[in-house]
Amino acid sequence: MLKRPHYIALAFVGLLLLVLLNLPAAASSRLKLAVGSVFLPLFGLSSSAQSFVDRASYQLLPRSALVTEVRRLEEENISLRLAAAQGAEAIAENNRLRTQMGALPRGPWQHRAARVVGRDPTTWWRTFLIDYGTRDGARVNQPVVAAEGLVGRIAVVGYSHSQVALIGDSACGVAVLVSETRDQGVIKGTQSDTAAGLVEMDTFQNSTHILAGQTIVTSGDGGIFPKGIHVGRIVDTRAANSGLFTSARVRLGANLNRLEEVWVIVQ
Amino acid sequence: MTWFTPTLLFLVAWLAVFTESQLAPLRALLGVPVSVLPALIVYVAFSHGLILVTALAVMVGLWTDSLSGSRLGSAVAPHFVVAFLLNTRRHLLLRDQRYAQSWLGFAAGIVIPLGHAAILHFGPVEPLFGWRSLPQLIVLGLLNGAACPAFFILFDHLRNTFEYPAIPGVSAHGIREMKRGRT
Repeated sequence: MLKRPHYIALAFVGLLLLVLLNLPAAASSRLKLAVGSVFLPLFGLSSSAQSFVDRASYQLLPRSALVTEVRRLEEENISLRLAAAQGAEAIAENNRLRTQMGALPRGPWQHRAARVVGRDPTTWWRTFLIDYGTRDGARVNQPVVAAEGLVGRIAVVGYSHSQVALIGDSACGVAVLVSETRDQGVIKGTQSDTAAGLVEMDTFQNSTHILAGQTIVTSGDGGIFPKGIHVGRIVDTRAANSGLFTSARVRLGANLNRLEEVWVIVQ
Repeated sequence: MTWFTPTLLFLVAWLAVFTESQLAPLRALLGVPVSVLPALIVYVAFSHGLILVTALAVMVGLWTDSLSGSRLGSAVAPHFVVAFLLNTRRHLLLRDQRYAQSWLGFAAGIVIPLGHAAILHFGPVEPLFGWRSLPQLIVLGLLNGAACPAFFILFDHLRNTFEYPAIPGVSAHGIREMKRGRT
């Protein structure tokens, strides 16, 4: 038998839910970030502990291992500088040709590094938090990438942290194309095998040319992700919706479960 | 009741929500975030009053939503409903039996996330919920089934250690007390 305090508690929670669930999206996001700010000390503590462990592990490394690593990085640096010089020449040539065709030249991407500080505490979304907020120039819909490929887009921004909707989440659809065949498609939120880093791609028409092993890149449609960011490789394909279009499983280039650092494309 | 246990419970809940967003390798191994909040809710519903139960369920829901992609407030309802039902029916349930605690933790570990997903289903963005959620829910249930008796043991021990025991034989209305037996 319920008593008066029970009815008061029910009314209080009911009213609270009514208000919270009917707030405009912008107000709800702001309130969410305000509530989430109670975890800032723990995020700070976690980052400090992580950097302390990193520094301690550097102290333990033998000098010979460090010298070997420096030599490897020097070789890699030379190789990357050569590739960058070649790339810069190709970009310049591309921009000259675009200008001759009357199209706007494309500038290089400017990016900022950010650290992954937390992941979604529920299983229904693929999101994580990064230590990059409005104080660093964060804006909603900025693309987030890793060295291996596309990661997602910034969904909610706060002063010091932002929430990133990862590729494969319901809030992060990505327009893509198959690099080899130029077939266009879209990656939407589906409950695919996240542990194996798989997402589902649907093309806009049935294509028999799409095969396993082909490369998927962003198409630039939709206005959020620049064209040409590596997304992943096709694992297998099947005809979907009575053969109207092709559906493919794509293994993402970036391992979203193990990312620690990402890059936000600022411009 | 002193301030000690409620403070400790809020602290543990706060840390538990934060932990859910961390431990990436363990999360990748299990396939789910390491969440023991349903087990904590079961303990609080059995051991504390309605005000603390309501406050903790609301805060846990809000904190969870603040770190996730869910709409703020969506996780409050499943936590509160489970806590409220257990709190109002606790005289009918076995509190001190370990297997009962374990089964209640298991059930709460499945019902709370399931309720959350059901609420999100009515929202503007569809959550990632499908047949792959079944093993995830079972893992969450097992995790909370193991954590629930541990919470009972730990918090009951702490309460016995740090809180004042009730003084027997003292009544607020001593004059109205019914005296039995011969005087």
